[in-house]
Amino acid sequence: MLTIRIIPCLDVDNGYVVKGIRFKELRFAGDPVELAQYYNDQGADELIFLDVTASVQKRKIMIKVVEKVAKKVFIPFCVGGGIRSITDIRDLLNAGADKVAICTAGIENPELIMKSADRFGSQCIVVSIDAKRISNGWHAFTHGGRYDSKKDVIAWAKKCEKSGAGEILLNSIDRDGTRIGYDVELTEAVATLVNIPVIASGGAGNLNQIYEVIKDGKADAVLLASVLHYKEFTISEIKKFLDKKGVKIRW
Amino acid sequence: MIGIVDYGAGNLKSVKNAIDYLGFNARVVKRPDDISSVKRLILPGVGAFGSAVNKLKRSGLFETILNWLSDDLPFLGICLGLQLLFEKSEESGNAKGFGIFKGKIKRFRKYKVPQIGWNSVKILKPSPLTGFERKTQFFYFLHSYYLVTSQHNLVIGTSDYGAEYASIINQGNIYGVQFHPEKSGKNGLVLLKNWVEKC
Repeated sequence: MLTIRIIPCLDVDNGYVVKGIRFKELRFAGDPVELAQYYNDQGADELIFLDVTASVQKRKIMIKVVEKVAKKVFIPFCVGGGIRSITDIRDLLNAGADKVAICTAGIENPELIMKSADRFGSQCIVVSIDAKRISNGWHAFTHGGRYDSKKDVIAWAKKCEKSGAGEILLNSIDRDGTRIGYDVELTEAVATLVNIPVIASGGAGNLNQIYEVIKDGKADAVLLASVLHYKEFTISEIKKFLDKKGVKIRW
Repeated sequence: MIGIVDYGAGNLKSVKNAIDYLGFNARVVKRPDDISSVKRLILPGVGAFGSAVNKLKRSGLFETILNWLSDDLPFLGICLGLQLLFEKSEESGNAKGFGIFKGKIKRFRKYKVPQIGWNSVKILKPSPLTGFERKTQFFYFLHSYYLVTSQHNLVIGTSDYGAEYASIINQGNIYGVQFHPEKSGKNGLVLLKNWVEKC
């Protein structure tokens, strides 16, 4: 049986992982390759790098980071943040990324999803949806959660699948960084609607919440950032917990 | 020298990175001439069955690889590279593969497609590729189609995704794996090293 994926997310700025820079352990102020290896050794099933600067000049630095990671870490990894064109995608894949995550550019220009899936294959096109609860549903937001696109998340997710997206990375803006748990309702609404894998993101604070979004939210994978960087728990603790609950995990 | 076939669709760079990391020499094979110094051949693959066949035919590599396989020279097919060893695929109408083994490639029906992630491989018979270990091992899979073969003697290992299917096959010097060893962490690197040193 296919296992549930545990995916650490690393924010990269100017060639360095920045989340946790205030944290005392130097490891978390540092090198993306070292951190990727660290999480790989812990049992991460995949990695996601988010380029949080995404300015034209710094893009080139990100390409270098991707090249370095690809030479040393042999698990799948995805790169997101500021991707706007087929050229951006091509450069990242050529540098060694296995997948790219498209967010704002996909909403502004839905053709990009179709064209990139045609050109590179659905398996490497992840559509990232930043969802915020609006009265009786959710809207997809753009530009790092700043603008409301007014698109209904459920309809948008379906459209992304039809356009050839291979996976959906579903971020809850409401839960991001709160540690009160994933938005299980949102995750379930999307995961039961589309026939492509859904990665739940935003709100992880304890082990049981991770279990809930898998069991009740039907998530195929879970994304974790601060709880891992700040060592609230380790990947192996998550896996042990899920294993006891009967979730299929990879050792 | 290990040759990694480039037909413009594969993820050959990841494969090359893994081979480099293990300390072996590898070169990219784009044209039939490139194969002269090559002792072992890897056919990687991401993409569609039919278009891969067309691209290989256009570059002349289809014939080259078919001869290589007929001579039973050391070969490893990865993902689509395994599927191409068989007769045909549901993916691309009547497109025919190398057809050196009997079997066809069918689409998953039961669960989400593509299968993306880590699945287990149950080792059915000992092989140098898996270090002769019979235990179950995890590898990274990424595919929408799977092999159905009547040649049960080929099957080294199987996986389950709504249907149990062959995920490692071997006959003579020809090996095929449905998963991506170059993306399967330590297990994958060990398997690649075994292939170079023991197969």
